[in-house]
Amino acid sequence: MTEEEKEKQFQQRIDAGEKIEPRDWMPEAYKQTLFRQISQHAHSEIIGMQPEGNWLLRAPSLRAKKILLAKIQDEAGHGLYLYSAAETFGIDRTEMIAMLHSGKAKYSSIFNYPTLTWADMGAIGWLVDGAAIVNQTMLAKCSYVLYSRAMIRICKEEGFHQRQGYEIIAKMMNGTTAQRNMAQDSLNRWWEPSLMMFGPHDSESTHSKDSMKWKIKVESNDTLRQRFIDRTVEQAHHIGLTIPDKNLKYNKTTMHWETSEINWDEFWSVVKGNGPCNYQRISHHIHYHNEGKWVRDCATAFEKSREKENSSISI
Amino acid sequence: MKTKDALYNYCLRLADSNMIHGQRLAEWCSRGPFLEEDIALSNMSLDMFGQAEMLYEYASSLSEDELSADDIAFRRSEREYFNCLLVEQENGDFAQTMMKVFLYSAFAKQLYESLLNSNDETLSGFAAKAIKEVKYHLRHSSEWLIRFGNGTDESKMRVQQAVTNLWRFTQDMFEMNDADTALIDNGISFTTDTLFAKWQLNVNEIFAAANINTPEINNTITGGHNGIHTERLGVMLCEMQYLQRAYPDAKW
Repeated sequence: MTEEEKEKQFQQRIDAGEKIEPRDWMPEAYKQTLFRQISQHAHSEIIGMQPEGNWLLRAPSLRAKKILLAKIQDEAGHGLYLYSAAETFGIDRTEMIAMLHSGKAKYSSIFNYPTLTWADMGAIGWLVDGAAIVNQTMLAKCSYVLYSRAMIRICKEEGFHQRQGYEIIAKMMNGTTAQRNMAQDSLNRWWEPSLMMFGPHDSESTHSKDSMKWKIKVESNDTLRQRFIDRTVEQAHHIGLTIPDKNLKYNKTTMHWETSEINWDEFWSVVKGNGPCNYQRISHHIHYHNEGKWVRDCATAFEKSREKENSSISI
Repeated sequence: MKTKDALYNYCLRLADSNMIHGQRLAEWCSRGPFLEEDIALSNMSLDMFGQAEMLYEYASSLSEDELSADDIAFRRSEREYFNCLLVEQENGDFAQTMMKVFLYSAFAKQLYESLLNSNDETLSGFAAKAIKEVKYHLRHSSEWLIRFGNGTDESKMRVQQAVTNLWRFTQDMFEMNDADTALIDNGISFTTDTLFAKWQLNVNEIFAAANINTPEINNTITGGHNGIHTERLGVMLCEMQYLQRAYPDAKW
C-alpha cells in the first residue's frame, strides 16, 4: 500500500469515529502534532506546580495546606502519566525535558503569571482548572486512545480542584473586607489570562485545522472559550464578584455572555517568552533538574553495581 | 505538673515535630531530583500534616482556652513550639533531607510502637495509624542512604556530610522533661531510654549497609522539648504564620 493510500485509509477510520491505538499506522504529521500537544500538556502540569507551590508554605489552615499539597501532587501525577503517553511516540522523558529547557517545547502560558496573594490559589483552581476542564472534556473524545484515556482520568481530579478553588474564593467573599478585596483583585488579574488559555481565534490558530480534521480536537477554540465564559460569569455573580470587563453583557438572542476583544498582543508576547514569569519558571526547572543530577547518577550507578556484582546488599 | 497539662504539652511536642517536618518536606515541592521523587516527598509531607492535624485536634479538645487546632498550629511564637530540633534544620541537599527523614522516622517508629501500649486511647489510636506511614518513610529513606553510600564518589561524600551536619541534633529527640515524668507515672507515655537503644540499633544497621561513619561529635544540642530552638525555627514560622498574623480576624 502506498503512503497515500494508507493516509486515505487512516482518514476514513477517523471519519468513521474509530480510535487510534499506539501500534496502528498513523501519518507522520498526526504523530508530530500529538507528541507536541501531549508533551506540552505534561510540561504544563509540571510547570504549573510552581505558582501554587509558591503558597504552600503559607497556607492559612491545616486543611488548606493539605488540600493544596494534594492538588499539586495530583498535577505531578498528571505530568507523569502524560509523559508516559508521549513516550509512546519514541521520545523519552529526558529528551522531552531537554526540549522544554531549550525552548523548543512550550507549556501553557497561564503559568507565566505570578501568584501574588492567597486568593490566587482560589483563582487558579476555579478559573485555570475550570478552563482546563472545558478543554479536556473535549479532548477526552480525541481520536488517539491514550490521550483520550488520560483526559478522562485527569478530568475527574480537575473537577475536585475546580470546586476547591471556587470554595477558597467563595469563603473569602464571605469574609472580611480585606479578604473580599483580595478575591476581587485576584479575579481582575486572572480573568483575561484564563480566557487566553483557549488559544487564538479559530481563524488565527495554526494547528486547529489539521487537529480538527484528525479529530484530535473536536470543537474550536472560540466555542470552548464561550462555554467557559458562560459558566464562569454566572459563578462569579453568584458570590458577588464583578467580572473585570466593562463591555460584558448578556445577549438574550444567542443566550451567551459577550465580552471585550482579548488583548492578543499580550497573549503573543507571553507565548514568545516575555511574560512576567517565563524566565523564572524555566530557570527554576533547569536549576533543580541540574541540582538533582548527582542523585540520578547515584541511582544509576547503584543499579549498575548491583547488576554487576549481584551484590548482597538488600533493600 | 498536672496530668492534663502534661498531656497537652506532650501532644504539642509530637504535633509540632510532625508539622515542622512536614513544612520542611513541602519545601521540596517542584524541586525534587526527578518527578517520582518529587511525588514521594509530597507524600511524606502530607502524611506529616495529617499526623500533626490529628494531634492538634486532640490538643484542641484538651485546651481550656477553647483554641482550635488551627489556632494551636499557627498562632504560637517560637518559644511555644516543642518540636525536636532535628526537623527544623534546613533541608540542605537531597542527601541531608533523606538523612533527616531517616533519623527522625527511625525515632518516630520506636516512639509510636511504645505508644501503642499507652493508657490514653487517643494516643494509642494515633500511634496505630501513624506507624504505618512512618514505616514507609523509614524504608524509603533507608533505601536512599544505602544507594548514596554505594553509589558515586559524590553521593558517598554528600551522605557523610549530611550525617555530620545533623548528628548533633539527634540526642534532642530523646530528651525528657516534667511532662514525661507526669505521663510515665500514669502509663500514658514511656521512658525514652529503651527507645534510644532500639533506635541506635536501627541506625547502626543502616549505616553499616551504607558505609556511613557515625560521627564522633561531643557537641550535642538539645532544648526543643522545652521550647529552646535553633535560629532556623523563627524564620520558618514567619513564613508559616504569615496569613494568620497579617489577618488575625480572617477565616479561610
